[in-house]
Amino acid sequence: MSDKVLMKGAEALAEGAIQAGCRYYFGYPITPQNETPEYMSRRLPEVGGRFVQAESEVASINMVYGAACAGVRVMTSSSSPGISLMQEGISYISGSNVPCVVMNAMRGGPGLGNIAPAQADYFQAVKGGGNGDYKRIVFAPSSIQEGVDLFVDAFELADKYRMVVMVIVDGLIGQMMEPVEFKTRIDVSTLKTPEWATVGRHGRDHANIITSLTLDAAGLEQWNLKLQAKYAQVELTESRIEEYQMDDADYAIIAYGTMARIAKTTIRIARAKGIKLGLLRPITVWPFPAKQIQTYVGKLKGTLTVELAYRQLFEDVQLALCGKIPLGWYGRGGGVVPGPQEILAAFEEQFGKGR
Amino acid sequence: MAEQMKVIYERPRSWANKVTHYCPGCTHGVAHRLVAELVDEMGLVDKTIGVWPVGCAVLGYDYFNFDSVEAAHGRAPAMATGIKVTNPDNFVFTYQGDGDLASIGMAEIVHAAARGWPITVIFINNGNYGMTGGQMAPTTLLGQKTTTSPLGRTPQANGFPIRVAEMLAQLDGPAYIARVSLDSPVNIRKAKSAMRKAFNAQVRGIGFSLVECLSTCPTNWKLTPVESMERVRKEVMPYFPLGEFKVVEGVL
Repeated sequence: MSDKVLMKGAEALAEGAIQAGCRYYFGYPITPQNETPEYMSRRLPEVGGRFVQAESEVASINMVYGAACAGVRVMTSSSSPGISLMQEGISYISGSNVPCVVMNAMRGGPGLGNIAPAQADYFQAVKGGGNGDYKRIVFAPSSIQEGVDLFVDAFELADKYRMVVMVIVDGLIGQMMEPVEFKTRIDVSTLKTPEWATVGRHGRDHANIITSLTLDAAGLEQWNLKLQAKYAQVELTESRIEEYQMDDADYAIIAYGTMARIAKTTIRIARAKGIKLGLLRPITVWPFPAKQIQTYVGKLKGTLTVELAYRQLFEDVQLALCGKIPLGWYGRGGGVVPGPQEILAAFEEQFGKGR
Repeated sequence: MAEQMKVIYERPRSWANKVTHYCPGCTHGVAHRLVAELVDEMGLVDKTIGVWPVGCAVLGYDYFNFDSVEAAHGRAPAMATGIKVTNPDNFVFTYQGDGDLASIGMAEIVHAAARGWPITVIFINNGNYGMTGGQMAPTTLLGQKTTTSPLGRTPQANGFPIRVAEMLAQLDGPAYIARVSLDSPVNIRKAKSAMRKAFNAQVRGIGFSLVECLSTCPTNWKLTPVESMERVRKEVMPYFPLGEFKVVEGVL
């Protein structure tokens, strides 16, 4: 018997986080992800967790920081303008080596923008956003089921590497309904409090101190080198990609999240027309699956990067391929989501009929 | 006779054996010591988490033998909230200056007070931004010269000082709110008594507590330590009166 249930994305992802062991959630209302904190507010108390509505996103992320210092599984979610307000906290959390998960249901920007689906926070998520040299693992699911599954990995990797893991979706994934199955249930009673956590000494022979401050320049450089070594390890082992219809492909669309999902329809239409088109879909956008994409050098006649942003993902594709495969690009902004035919038209405009 | 000698003053056990970085005549050391004495006397060292600010006390965590975290500027109450909800039996306090608490962190302190959850705040009011070199703070008095109010603070240019204790006492959340001064032995004893009530408000699970401590900044005030103490009495106390502004039933 299948355990599938029909759920709205923003609620399913919340339940996925709870099944992954998340017991603490701090957040502030913002569209299009309000169903996530609403769900958390009624569900977390049922499983012995706590939901707190903060006074702002600034407070949310710093409450997350506090709970993360206690070594529990904790998350927040927001949408683009709110995530911008959290960048300070994300930098501090990263600089302190504590784990948490942050979900961004990306919407149109810049500024207040709108509440329509977008991928324009790619640079912020992948390249930085806050101050200093830090990285987060960034998962970009393209379906509700994948998002639910990735939440388990998100919390596991956050704990393993003691770092921030982001899950970036958009209002489209958050608002649609799909059947979803919760395959993994983490028993939180098996999760041990880490030895570094600030939970009171309780007989420990030393005080634990969590800080992102190192006044001495040589000391801070050493701290940065430790962070860099960690990020190098993550880059080596944690990048993920889906390769869809790539076995015989002459061309590939490179896209993630909602855009990748739409691109799969484009590929079906293209293949019916005799164009051998495949899809390279980064599941992690940091670490970026550059090595996997590079294996197609010499095999592909071209790639078309498709995104709901202006040449953000495209920059990582450029860096990965360094002009070794002809690079096309098609993007839309402001919350406009192109259909499969529009993507195909962009492809044909840039690569002819693809033969 | 050795057997008749008894210890009447010693280093608190929760005080790490370190020399602080504070300027001569600064009252941070006094406030730190009171925290350490109370943590000892109330048997809290094993369950305490200190949340430190950005400001002169940014390195406060180095001076104590209990767990600590270092917050972003103004965010200590939010961080303390996150720590407290994960382990409600722990003793969680923030230690914040006036720029940290009353300027950049005003939203966080007001909402922590309004929630009323049992965390304790030690609030150091020395009328300026000490660490960054003596700029105007929300608590800078009218007429007071600072590096960013070189002709003296005026209401027209800079608005009015904020009385944090009185303001937060208007909320229903707090269990205990007081203003004390660290300028003299008698006031330091009173300050410790107020801090004990504030700690108790949390330990007994009654609610949010805050003690505002009138403090000195001889370096940036460009006064000697003794002159600084006098200034607190003559100029600061008239604007920031000492007293208990909120004491709910059960706080003792």
